[in-house]
Amino acid sequence: MNREEAVVRQPSTGGRRAGLRPNPSVIVGGVVAAGVVMMALVSFVWTPYDPTLVDASQRLLGPSARHWFGTDKFGRDVLSQILMGSRTTLFVGFVAVGVAAVIGVPLGIIAAMTPRRLGELLMRGNDLLLAFPALLLAIMFSAVYGASTLTAMIAIGIASVPSFARVIRSGALQVMGTDYVLAARSAGRRPFAIGVHHVLPNVSSLITVQVSVSFAIAVLAEAALSFLGLGTPPPTPSWGRMLQESQEMLFSAPRLVVFPGLAIALAVLGFNLLGDGLRDRFDPRLEDHR
Amino acid sequence: MSAAIGSAIRRDAAPAVLTVRGLNVTVRRTPLVQGVDLTVGPGERVGLIGESGSGKTMTALSIMGLLPEDVTATGSVRLSGVDHDLVGADERALSRVRGRDVAMVFQEPMTALNPTMRVGAQVAEAMLIHHTKPDRRHARTAAEALLDQVGLLNHAQAARAYPHQLSGGQRQRVVVALALANDPALLVCDEPTTALDVTVQALVLDLIVRGVTARNSAMLFITHDLAVVATVCERVLVMYGGRVVESGRVDEVFTRPRHRYTQGLIGASDLEVVDARGRLATIPGSVPAAGSFPAGCVFRNRCIYATELCATSPDWVGPNESDGFACHHPAGVPHV
Repeated sequence: MNREEAVVRQPSTGGRRAGLRPNPSVIVGGVVAAGVVMMALVSFVWTPYDPTLVDASQRLLGPSARHWFGTDKFGRDVLSQILMGSRTTLFVGFVAVGVAAVIGVPLGIIAAMTPRRLGELLMRGNDLLLAFPALLLAIMFSAVYGASTLTAMIAIGIASVPSFARVIRSGALQVMGTDYVLAARSAGRRPFAIGVHHVLPNVSSLITVQVSVSFAIAVLAEAALSFLGLGTPPPTPSWGRMLQESQEMLFSAPRLVVFPGLAIALAVLGFNLLGDGLRDRFDPRLEDHR
Repeated sequence: MSAAIGSAIRRDAAPAVLTVRGLNVTVRRTPLVQGVDLTVGPGERVGLIGESGSGKTMTALSIMGLLPEDVTATGSVRLSGVDHDLVGADERALSRVRGRDVAMVFQEPMTALNPTMRVGAQVAEAMLIHHTKPDRRHARTAAEALLDQVGLLNHAQAARAYPHQLSGGQRQRVVVALALANDPALLVCDEPTTALDVTVQALVLDLIVRGVTARNSAMLFITHDLAVVATVCERVLVMYGGRVVESGRVDEVFTRPRHRYTQGLIGASDLEVVDARGRLATIPGSVPAAGSFPAGCVFRNRCIYATELCATSPDWVGPNESDGFACHHPAGVPHV
């Protein structure tokens, strides 16, 4: 047997990623997103004060060594609330994106694998949902099922399903047209197995990007719902509700709006940058073929 | 010696592995393949040659039941050991047959493997689908043995490699291993060496022939390369315009072509013969787009022997579909 070209390169773990220049948006986005996660983790073991502790003698203090970000109108420590609020933000984000991915990814893959007409029909239904304003859907949910963290998460999740389905379907259609799917079919693979073993792993980069981008949207949506009083109910700290509670003091104590606002803006920016950077990173045109 | 005769007789008497009758393939009313008949006996290696657009690949895909969604096939495709027709069979029935009774080697090794799976796992998967091996561990071992058979040194290491870590030739070896994993009765090869460079082509061809010979599998080999057919196949079918225009034993078709198209094809591959201006022989014109072939003989608008008679479809001349031609003015046969 001929063995001329038989020297196989040593399979290295993560070889696919080797030799790629780090992308600045991935780094900045990653650091900011990791910062939010750190805040949430830190809040489990330490906050400067009990974030729900009301102390009338400490009302509306400015930033100082004792209260770094000052206190609000009930005398609660703002830094502690921001730290604690990051938990709510992440929790809502994870669950909402999870709901969106668990429904949206299979929907997109199924729409790509079914006969073209059925797939188109599914996508037109999907477009209907996409055209419906996400916030309105969430308000509807809260009105029907009552304002709670759970309602907010599910509403935001469902509102994010269509964009997931759309992105995944376009990627899955591309994968379905490749020779290795044809080869898998010619080897006798059933459609379900092709979907799980061949299509899903090859759209995983799209899923990663979509998760990151949807996370940013979910953070913003949670803040908006809480601001409207339809999200996390008191006393659990939430960045959106901190904004709402400080609204009336916008001119007398603007810092009360600035800190949670900044936290929301940074978190959204971080996840968006991460998503954008990952998208560039996974762009097939930039892909290293060997 | 008597044993040898016995096996020869049995081979002739055994039912054909593949029987295709009256195969038509159409896309939105445009015919791509028309009335193709072909038979492949057990262990036989049959070539299918023709230019791009002659319907070779569409014929292969209809045998596998892998035609694209908007392309429809009619006629009959039967495999020995399969009790239903493959044309019009549902996906469940087809997936039981594919990979076990009939397997396929694809043209493009760079894209025929899943980039996210280790190649050993892909070969093992092929065996697990049809329960040829009882469990994952046995399939892994068998996959490594198979990768060794197709000449991948360090086969244990190769099994753990991802496709992008292998060269084109190495990948095509894996694709061959994948196709042979379940010892199919028929191997369909669609231009398996076209995308490889010339030095690797010969190695991969050798590998395929050894593989099918060792398993006593039949092979349908699709190519536009006459030299490859001459080295690999015993019989050949020449396709043009979606029809089989001539068939027969390789040595006979290549030395005494009867259809004028085959004659032109063989003339064009002869690099010794030049005309008065020192130019190589060619077939005038180019292959028309699908659906715009002339009525009657599909080759008549490019044939210098064509007459008015050629406006009617020529009948098949010959004892059966494995030996004959369809031409009104055949070469080397006195005028009718």
